[in-house]
Amino acid sequence: MSDAAHAHDDHGHGHPTGIMRWLTTTNHKDIGSLYLWFALIMLFAAGSMALLIRAELFQPGLQLTNPDFFNQLTTMHGLIMIFGVIMPAFSGFANWQVPLMLGAPDMAFPRMNNWAFWLLPMAGLMLMASFFLPGGAVAGGWTMYPPLFIQGGISYDLTILAVHIMGLSSIMGSINIITTILNMRAPGITLMKMPLFVWTWLITAYLLIATMPVLAGAVTMLLTDRNFGTHFFNAAGGGDPVMFQHIFWFFAHPEVYILILPAFGIVSQIIPTFARKPLFGYASMVYATASIAILSFIVWAHHMFTVGMPAAAQLFFMFSTMLIAVPTGVKVFNWVATMWKGSMTFETPMLFAIAFVCLFTIGGFSGLVLAIAPVDIQLHDTYYVVAHFHYVLVSGALFAIFAGIYYWLPKWTGHMYSETLGKWHFWLSVIGMNIVFFPMHFLGLAGMPRRIPDYALQFTEFNQIATVGAFIFGFSQLLFLAVILKTIKGGVKATDRVWEGAEGLEWTLPSPAPYHTFETAPVVK
Amino acid sequence: MKQKWQRVGMIGAALAFSQSALAEYAYNLPTPASKVAQDVFDLHNLIMLVCLGIFVVVFGAMFYSLLKHRKSVGHKAAHFHENTTVEVIWTVIPFAILMGMAYPAAKVVIDMKDTSNPDMTIKITGYQWKWGYDYLNDGVSFYSTLSTPREQIEGKAEKGEHYLLEVDEPMVVPVGKRVRLLITANDVLHAWWVPALGAKQDAIPGFIRDSWFTADRIGTYRGQCVELCGKDHGFMPIVVEVVSEEDYAAWVAKKKGTAAVAAADNTRTFEMSELVTRGEQVYQANCAACHQANGMGMAGVFPAISGSPVATGPIAAHIDVVMNGKPGTTMAAFAGQLSDADIAAVVTYQRNAWDNKTGDQVQPADIAAARGGASEAAAPAAQ
Repeated sequence: MSDAAHAHDDHGHGHPTGIMRWLTTTNHKDIGSLYLWFALIMLFAAGSMALLIRAELFQPGLQLTNPDFFNQLTTMHGLIMIFGVIMPAFSGFANWQVPLMLGAPDMAFPRMNNWAFWLLPMAGLMLMASFFLPGGAVAGGWTMYPPLFIQGGISYDLTILAVHIMGLSSIMGSINIITTILNMRAPGITLMKMPLFVWTWLITAYLLIATMPVLAGAVTMLLTDRNFGTHFFNAAGGGDPVMFQHIFWFFAHPEVYILILPAFGIVSQIIPTFARKPLFGYASMVYATASIAILSFIVWAHHMFTVGMPAAAQLFFMFSTMLIAVPTGVKVFNWVATMWKGSMTFETPMLFAIAFVCLFTIGGFSGLVLAIAPVDIQLHDTYYVVAHFHYVLVSGALFAIFAGIYYWLPKWTGHMYSETLGKWHFWLSVIGMNIVFFPMHFLGLAGMPRRIPDYALQFTEFNQIATVGAFIFGFSQLLFLAVILKTIKGGVKATDRVWEGAEGLEWTLPSPAPYHTFETAPVVK
Repeated sequence: MKQKWQRVGMIGAALAFSQSALAEYAYNLPTPASKVAQDVFDLHNLIMLVCLGIFVVVFGAMFYSLLKHRKSVGHKAAHFHENTTVEVIWTVIPFAILMGMAYPAAKVVIDMKDTSNPDMTIKITGYQWKWGYDYLNDGVSFYSTLSTPREQIEGKAEKGEHYLLEVDEPMVVPVGKRVRLLITANDVLHAWWVPALGAKQDAIPGFIRDSWFTADRIGTYRGQCVELCGKDHGFMPIVVEVVSEEDYAAWVAKKKGTAAVAAADNTRTFEMSELVTRGEQVYQANCAACHQANGMGMAGVFPAISGSPVATGPIAAHIDVVMNGKPGTTMAAFAGQLSDADIAAVVTYQRNAWDNKTGDQVQPADIAAARGGASEAAAPAAQ
């Protein structure tokens, strides 16, 4: 079947080549690669901003930036990392892997798939271009809180447009993924037999569809407040600035899980492979993922404990937030139980997956600390929060993405990556990452607010340590790029199964996976 | 601590700052100076201990497994999976631990929210970028701005001990008194926070939220604005001086004397040189953050005043911008923030500094006239 597929592709029937191939492609593998390349480019763009931020914070005083440009950097770093790196990277994995794992020939809506991707570079360009507009890029924080957001210049409107476009792209991608999963599974793959990665993406896609319109509503109100004289968030006109925060976090808390659930899925594929042992509690993992997703809709105001809510509301949001620790704990216990009495080997994907479990859990613990409302009130908007969400998003989401790339790259390219370089990348990343973000807990506890370009002298030492770590972490990512390019160019031929312990339909295909796969649905018992 | 630093030794010569001798490592919340801060401190320690315990158990098991259950030592994979008993246990135990944490946390939440029966009330207003304090019981009002010189920030002078955490006018409160804070903002969101006192509250324009503290010990406590409020978010610190009751009474009396002098200024006629000197001080404190000390502003964000049509055109229009601001921009309305004498001085300064050699003079009486009869009461110095 696969040889036939190859021939079919090579002769083509009027398939464009060169740039037009990529612009017009409706192939899930091409589009998956496009998403992943886009995410990688944006990772370097937003990562450079982070290095500039850390360089400024290396010592007290203003050296490299002015306060306004510094705020632009923190804002754009956040927006691009979330909407331009983590989300597109997960969409890339979904595009590549969901059809392969379910034995489907492609995504359900291939043309919409193309459109969903190509909207993203447009939005990304708009965000980057806003640095060159009069007044520079958005400097009001990625959370876009009014009234500060109302004060900005033209780039603020451009950013609202970009957010709309990215939201549209996410919604189209989600509809596509949900339809593919629900309708295009090979015969025999019942819902409770789907690989966990597919389950986590199914739930993520529902979260996206539920929350992206909320974000769109919030930024539209900002747009009309800015340009058309409405007063949704202006107290002087009868509005309420805090209402924006409620609407925003009703989107943004589920968004947090949009950024981590696919990571859970990737890690849940990798750990059983390298432990050579099935996932300990498949069903409980599925239920835990669903519970987290449902709980994510009733915890939003824990981002707002300092706005001054009634005690009853604080208690409700504190308790509901603490409750999330239960299903999250179930996940961590399951991963550990999967490793227990396995026969483990430690190739790069497994190393990143283990680091994910440890370091994500540290982020989980700091999340529990922050869930306690009185403690959160002390730590809100300090570096403790910065440390917390970087532990979940860097050593959580980003490390899972690294793990997934190393895990499936041989299947995608047909070549093994260099294990030596992969291990160097791993150790430099994991050490660098901890040097950057661990000291930030202490900075936050000591009282350093986030989003400040300059700081009091007692914060100097930990900031210097963090900056050194940031440069180690940042520059190690060049190694990651080198590994990918080297693997694409050549290397040891990958076997079909690639990993000794790998289970699943994708491993029954040749490596590299042919351009068209599963044109006839496989039979699954 | 210092040795540990040298042991880490990663940064080398670049670190040989004179100021690093002043700093020290801190690994926990600052030493509490109020009951609420103490409660939060204890709560945080408790949760950290619980987390540490869980961490050791879970990752002890994982690292044991990583060492023993590996292929390279010849371990053969078992094939067990799904075990309802185990799964119920690891759902119920965390739940029980959480319940144990929730109870003490809830008690502190309720205590923090109870702002009843204060001994005194202070209204705090956040501005871009300074704090305004109104003592509702004692009738004292003032603004508090960063007092760290620009040269220190720009690296042209040695940084002082309280770099960025020092203000011209600290908030002063008596020790042991229950202080209720009414917190609001004038332009964008801010947040008032003094870590050692355990009080943090967002300042929201158009809304008043409250918080409270009772300081246990005499001393100076420092904090910062913690809600992003624009360019100089990092440059609007908070200093609270907790003093004895007698010292507090003396401070109130002194502040009232200063206010009387300021009120008298509003009815005086000034010499040109007095206006320019005073205007320059007012400009540095209120305008220079955006429009810059050289009056050149920042291209695309903050317009220049030097050579601007406003500062060289009709005086009335210039006074109007300063007093009423520009809605939808960072330009604030200073009518409520500055006295007639200060506005007169700063307008005069702007019209005569840099390239603006208009020779114009504005007197406090002109500002009073611009305020008109009705809004006269709004002038702070008239209070």
